[in-house]
Amino acid sequence: MILFGQFLEVLVSGLLAGVLYSLVALGFVLIFKASGVFNFAQGAMVLLAGLALVRSLDMMVANGLPFWAAIMLALLFAALVMAITAFMVERFVLGPLINQDGLTLFMSTIGVTFIIEGGAQMLFGSDVYPLRLFPSDAWFLFEDSFPGGILVSKIDVWGGLIAAVLVVGLALFFQKTKTGRALRAVADDHAAAQSVGISLNWIWFIVWLVAGLVALVAATVWGTKLGVQFSITFLALKALPVLIIGGFTSVPGAIVGGLIVGAGEKLAEAYLGPFIGGGIEYWFAYVLALVVLMARPQGLFGERIIERI
Amino acid sequence: MFYRETGQFKTSYAADMQIFPIRQDRIALWVVLAFAFIGIPLLDGLQVWPFGGEYMLRAILIPFLILSLAAIGLNILTGYCGQLSLGSGAFMAIGAYSAYKFGTGVDISFGLFDLSIPPLSVLPSILLGGLMAAIIGILFGIPSLRIKGLYLAVATLAAQFFFDWVFIRVKWFTNYTSSGSVVAPDLNFFGYVVNAPIERYLLCLVFVTIFALLAKNLVRGNIGRQWMATRDMDIAAELMGIRPLYAKLSAFAISSFIMGVAGALWAFVYLGAWEPLAFSIDRSFQILFMVIIGGLGSILGSFLGAAFILVLPIALDQVPHALGMPISVETVSLLVFVITGALICWLLIVEPRGFARLWLTGKEKLRLWPYPY
Amino acid sequence: MRKLTLALTALALGATGMTAPAMAQNEQFLPSLVYRTGPYAPNGIPFANGVADYWTMLNERDGGINGVKIVAEECETGYATDKGVECYERLKGKGPTGAGYFSPLSTGITFALTEKVPGDKIPLLTMGYGRSESRNGAVFPWNFVAVGSYWTAADVAIQHIAKELGGADKLKGKKISLVYHDSPYGKEPIAALEQRAKVNGFTFKAIPVTHPGVEQKSQWLAIRQDRPDYVLLWGWGVMNSTSIKEAAAVGYPRDKVIGVWWSGAEPDVTPAGDQSTGYKALMLQHGAGKFKVHADLEKFVISKNKTATKDDFAQVLYNRGLLNSMLGTEAIRTAMKKFGNKPMTGEQVRWGFENLDLTAARIKELGFEGMVSPIKLSCADHQGADVARVQQWDGKAWKVISDYYKADRSILDPMVKDASAKYAAEKKITARDCSKES
Repeated sequence: MILFGQFLEVLVSGLLAGVLYSLVALGFVLIFKASGVFNFAQGAMVLLAGLALVRSLDMMVANGLPFWAAIMLALLFAALVMAITAFMVERFVLGPLINQDGLTLFMSTIGVTFIIEGGAQMLFGSDVYPLRLFPSDAWFLFEDSFPGGILVSKIDVWGGLIAAVLVVGLALFFQKTKTGRALRAVADDHAAAQSVGISLNWIWFIVWLVAGLVALVAATVWGTKLGVQFSITFLALKALPVLIIGGFTSVPGAIVGGLIVGAGEKLAEAYLGPFIGGGIEYWFAYVLALVVLMARPQGLFGERIIERI
Repeated sequence: MFYRETGQFKTSYAADMQIFPIRQDRIALWVVLAFAFIGIPLLDGLQVWPFGGEYMLRAILIPFLILSLAAIGLNILTGYCGQLSLGSGAFMAIGAYSAYKFGTGVDISFGLFDLSIPPLSVLPSILLGGLMAAIIGILFGIPSLRIKGLYLAVATLAAQFFFDWVFIRVKWFTNYTSSGSVVAPDLNFFGYVVNAPIERYLLCLVFVTIFALLAKNLVRGNIGRQWMATRDMDIAAELMGIRPLYAKLSAFAISSFIMGVAGALWAFVYLGAWEPLAFSIDRSFQILFMVIIGGLGSILGSFLGAAFILVLPIALDQVPHALGMPISVETVSLLVFVITGALICWLLIVEPRGFARLWLTGKEKLRLWPYPY
Repeated sequence: MRKLTLALTALALGATGMTAPAMAQNEQFLPSLVYRTGPYAPNGIPFANGVADYWTMLNERDGGINGVKIVAEECETGYATDKGVECYERLKGKGPTGAGYFSPLSTGITFALTEKVPGDKIPLLTMGYGRSESRNGAVFPWNFVAVGSYWTAADVAIQHIAKELGGADKLKGKKISLVYHDSPYGKEPIAALEQRAKVNGFTFKAIPVTHPGVEQKSQWLAIRQDRPDYVLLWGWGVMNSTSIKEAAAVGYPRDKVIGVWWSGAEPDVTPAGDQSTGYKALMLQHGAGKFKVHADLEKFVISKNKTATKDDFAQVLYNRGLLNSMLGTEAIRTAMKKFGNKPMTGEQVRWGFENLDLTAARIKELGFEGMVSPIKLSCADHQGADVARVQQWDGKAWKVISDYYKADRSILDPMVKDASAKYAAEKKITARDCSKES
């Protein structure tokens, strides 16, 4: 019974951790879906959003604003920063690079990563800034069935809830709004979308803005978890296997991929790690992704890759 | 005017097929090689600025050469064969750690029999390190038969993280040192210990020259053409009778071999003592940058890209101090980030095919100059 | 485009050459490898500030060391080994006599530079980090792991646990786990802890955390299920605060977590807020807080606005930076006694380190009383001190909760001897005979 309890505990915390990776992976998916750009800068955008949020929040609280007002204003400010970033990226980097192949676009987003990382730290500082938006203690469930109960940390649950809201919101946005439909049209066929009067530049700005807002949401959760600091950019690397498993183009894929990666790596660390020395979760997630790719080269939910000669 | 092939007649097939068919190119190559092999040692011996101090050799030229070598390796895989890889760091690490093991003696007990290799000298160690990298490269190349493009890039990250972990966790690779950091053996070449910066520089230069020429020859031969056909469209290449298995895996093997040798040099010649972090994901990205900024599918581009990516941050870092500007180190290094990123974006916008392409455009212009057409 | 490339090349060449303008002859050049950006910046910044401020204060107050002005230059390494090597090459030859000594503040860079300093004859001051076996000055003439090594730290941590339990015999059958940064830095203490586990009969388990340590859920779930009696923390940067938060999340008592001295500063505990209360850490002798020397710093540096220091003044890592600079400049002062009041070469500074004798009286004179106990380095002993204390975070500040512990050299010395002998054999170094050194 103890063993089963421990298994459940690892599984649950793995699933929840996976959802938190999905929060970062969602930003990748949005941009790839709409513009075919593999946006490596997503991790840096989380850092920028987090820094903008926490620094403005600290400043307003220090100036005597009540917390609830400060948090609203800080969120607005951070959203504004992300909007400016989206505009600049579209205007100065991706706009001129229109019609280039995927690799060039990918490299340009790494360039953008450098700019954002440097710029964000120059503007907002490179120290570690604590952010406390969510409770960070834990519940212990089923304490009568299992000794010690099953640990579920609250912030992970909050993260899961937020991810759920986000996915529903994004689904509504894509299905019900005019801009969302235009986005899907662009994702299907750039040229056809342009011919019915959809402005590509505007759409790409919107996509980057939405990805920026997703980054802001991810920053609230991860910032509370880690404190806002440069290391947050490493999340991009944890989100990649999630992305591959789910497929680059699928929003639900990002969530499912997150669940698989989270549960897989935590279970591997707990049950395989002790035999081969521990610290295996980093590569295990990637190996898991590799195995999935061998079976389905486009990821679980990705669009089938059709090649013509 | 200065760069014109008029009057250079090819009278034999051999002449037509030489590596550099244009005389000016050949002369330029010889001049560069002469400068690298004779000029720089001379300048160093005479203490002429900027080659006098050790800084230029140790901190710029040696890493430049080694990273160029690694970039050539990746360029074969990504630039010529079209297989995007983010695992360069891992293959360099395999080269470095295998060379270290061969250099300090291998002892494996398989139960029934023992494999025992006495400590080898440096040259075979480095080459065997490359060989090990090639073998692992083939292994990790197998998924490329099914997975393509960015998906493959992320799959090669599996190799990157897996080997990061292996070299930090498996104590056998580090000869059971308590910290897991290892120290390179002496650079003993047939009884001669390479130690002074200029000797180390020449050592790297010899390696790089040999491998660059090899690579240049490979990519114009049968196998190189198979790679390029696979890159341009693998299905079409397959229909034309090119076996993707052979083409892709040979690219993985050769590219990993070169990267393995580069890794061994990086560890033995440049760092001297290292830990797996020296071959982390950052190194993989750095080398990919060099290849893309330099120009995919160009050996010359590998050198140009390596020079740009390596020297730019170092130079930018020193400008404010040299000019006496009172800017804090923190601001400078962040500015270096921003400027490097901006320059990369700008270069990609101006010429997505990198420095090699700019070089070709320049050559075309020179050929016509001073006439517009 | 080509014009730009040319301009850039010219800029690059110019920058590398322009770095050696004519310098006044009576200046001591001291390099400082720092990381003010990147994942470890929150810990790198206060240390770098402390190092710089102490030098500035000496210049402002005394006009340098015995009248020789200090010229300092920082180089950003970002905690990356290859960048550190580049910085070292850039700075080692500057000034009239070259760099006095280097302090890389990174175990990785220390390992790489250990191979380079013998050729350049520049000492390496690795105060409280680096190679534990480099205590043996006969084999490592240029490394000074002054004040404490990781093996000292591991030993003292176990002694403190024994004391909390009520005696070394109580350690038998206990479970102690080590959560460590998966790098040479984090691995250094394992050998000493395994040795201690053998001697004292406790079960030791090492749990690695992958760089940079932002994801530790599995590690702490394992701890929750395994319930060790104590957890030692060997982290750096963001890993420390994440560990504390995860410990809180799994309900592991924070007062049973003991960090090494690199895990016991303000940036490690403040991000975790109240959850850090009760967390303990070793002290590299000193803690946070103002001492006599800080008055001079405020007077000559802070008030004159010649510093990058803001709220990190008198914090743990800032004070460690001060101590680091103090050891270095005192070594130079010692060397000047023998070689005269002029800029010292690396070789002379090394002599100064090997003959450095910081007595209680001298420490008081320097204004460091209460921060450090006496340290005496010698040819055979490049560490010079075996003591450390333990501090506890009470939610607002670090409180010293123990007396000085003295590491058990009967356990550690044979380890130092073995490891350094192995290094000597590998590198074919013949150890110096310290009885013949003057």
